[in-house]
Amino acid sequence: MSTLTACIQGVGLLGPGLADWGEACAVLSDELPYVAARTVLPAPGILPPAERRRAGRVIKLALAVGVEAVARAAADARTLPTVFSSSGGDGDNCHEICVALASRERLISPTRFHNSVHNAAAGYWSIAQGCTEASTSLCAGDASFGAGLLEALAQLAAGAPAVLLLAYDADYPPPLRAKRPIPDAFGTALLLTAAEGAAALPRLQLTLSDAVATSMQNDALESLRRSIPAARSLPLLEHLARQRPGTVVLDYLDGARLALEVQL
Amino acid sequence: MTPLLLTHLTATSCLGAGLVATWQALEQARGGLSPCQFETVELPTYVGEVAGIDAVQLPAALERFDCRNNRLAQLGLMQDGFDAALRTAIGRFGPRRIGVFLGTSTSGILSTEIAYRHRDPDTGALPEDFDYAGTHNSFSVVDFVSHLFGLSGPAVAVCTACSSSAKVFAAAQRMLAADQIDAALVGGVDSLCLTTLYGFHSLQLTSTEPCRPFDRARDGLSIGEAAAFALLERAPAELDAEAVLLLGAGESSDAYHMSSPQPDGAGARRAMQAALAAAALDPGAIDYINLHGTGTPSNDSAESRAVTALFGTATPCSSTKGATGHALGAAGALEAVICALALRSGLMPGGLNHRERDPELEANYLTENRRAPLRRVLSNSFGFGGANCALLFGRSA
Repeated sequence: MSTLTACIQGVGLLGPGLADWGEACAVLSDELPYVAARTVLPAPGILPPAERRRAGRVIKLALAVGVEAVARAAADARTLPTVFSSSGGDGDNCHEICVALASRERLISPTRFHNSVHNAAAGYWSIAQGCTEASTSLCAGDASFGAGLLEALAQLAAGAPAVLLLAYDADYPPPLRAKRPIPDAFGTALLLTAAEGAAALPRLQLTLSDAVATSMQNDALESLRRSIPAARSLPLLEHLARQRPGTVVLDYLDGARLALEVQL
Repeated sequence: MTPLLLTHLTATSCLGAGLVATWQALEQARGGLSPCQFETVELPTYVGEVAGIDAVQLPAALERFDCRNNRLAQLGLMQDGFDAALRTAIGRFGPRRIGVFLGTSTSGILSTEIAYRHRDPDTGALPEDFDYAGTHNSFSVVDFVSHLFGLSGPAVAVCTACSSSAKVFAAAQRMLAADQIDAALVGGVDSLCLTTLYGFHSLQLTSTEPCRPFDRARDGLSIGEAAAFALLERAPAELDAEAVLLLGAGESSDAYHMSSPQPDGAGARRAMQAALAAAALDPGAIDYINLHGTGTPSNDSAESRAVTALFGTATPCSSTKGATGHALGAAGALEAVICALALRSGLMPGGLNHRERDPELEANYLTENRRAPLRRVLSNSFGFGGANCALLFGRSA
């Protein structure tokens, strides 16, 4: 089995008590204590006002982490193919549609309907950034971060110079919440570039593995890792934050995990 | 890209279960659309409903996956000896080296729609037996199929609305090229539900008649459902003359509007150009185009512009959605299978329900079946959010 590789040029992050990648770096490298707090989703400034009003939580989350990763890499979003990956869509929007469909009138708004597609965040991103590059939107349930990472690295292997991976999950409202108890919103974006000729960047080597997944030392962060699919990225992000080379194993599917060799 | 072999195919739609029923209907120019009597839906529209889904029984051990979408998936997989072919491939490569890449737009959301009618009047809670992960979640169909066959390789649902199951071919191709797998189960499964029927109705995009792609008076789409699958493998050096290959895949984004195509079809054109580039072919090498052709006024006019800008006005093309309806997340895979059958048989299916040519649409739209030797064909799929994909298939000889 061949190994997939990538360099990490930029990171974006937003989650409970983690306002951005800068703050997350400080927390993940023990410079700051982790203080749990509800995720604060910023208004998506890159969207035109009409679209901004229509954007739900999951869209705000995806756009926020994408914007941060691109900005930290000083890259041009228009040139980047994208891989969006999420374990579910916009739970609030889905709830409103299901409530309407359970009512006598069954009236759903056109905006609710087009926001219901899993690739809504990708659509808003491409419009806001004027990005006409290829984009895919994936779901692999709890394995969605791993599935997105695999796809992004396969795109690099196929010749793309750079790929922006955006992995994100937002909590569902009741009554769906009881059936899908994601506690809060968490997202991360990685601007990944082809390995060659970028020696100053952290480098990843990925292989499918049967090893046991790496857990987080901090109980609260471990709880996030276990309860929000996109937060399965945390052990990798911790290595990046600490600038520590080594191997991390990320949870992926029931029968397979992803072993990542981090080189600095 | 290195061509990949489609070693096995199957398709189930309102035209029937399996390849024979599908192809007989197209050869006889017979469509499968009927007035909507689905579930409790009261809308003046036609649908392409698959017969026999309710009678499908999932294995007892996989009961948690029971929903219309997964029943349709199982029904589809049991046609044309596809399940046996897949098991043979598993025996050859091992369960870890076969990837599963399936497109869907709404998965088993019908189960959630029905569950919401049965919320607890006091607490609002959903019924105890409602299983979100097994039914509603987009990954459900991939997880179900992986469990059904004991597969443990990379597995993912691609959900880019109506281009979902075209993009699975591109995703699988990359994973094969990166040597993470030796074979890929690709396909699309999407089933009727209230979200899409009432949703497209809210956008005034559903026709009150069987849809009429590329007709002057086209006034919307007819929603269908389908399960279509292909097994993709690296092509051996020796191929028989019947063999059908994936030669190229091209993807692009409109960056224009969430639910309307770019009027000049620029995004669609870029996807087709990318597929040609991946196959290292010129537009003149394409013998037939299976259009996205939904039958909405704006989609067909944008697509016609994109096609004529790239291919001129001579390349024969048609939409098979007048026969099958728009199977949404399963449309790309269904039409990929139709393209493979067209290549094998040398028959280009004419578009159904076409009455009057639209002078605005300059593409060479076939309204009747045409026989000709076909070597290379293109299939278009475009989705909400401006997610475009074009696939290029060809014969080995």
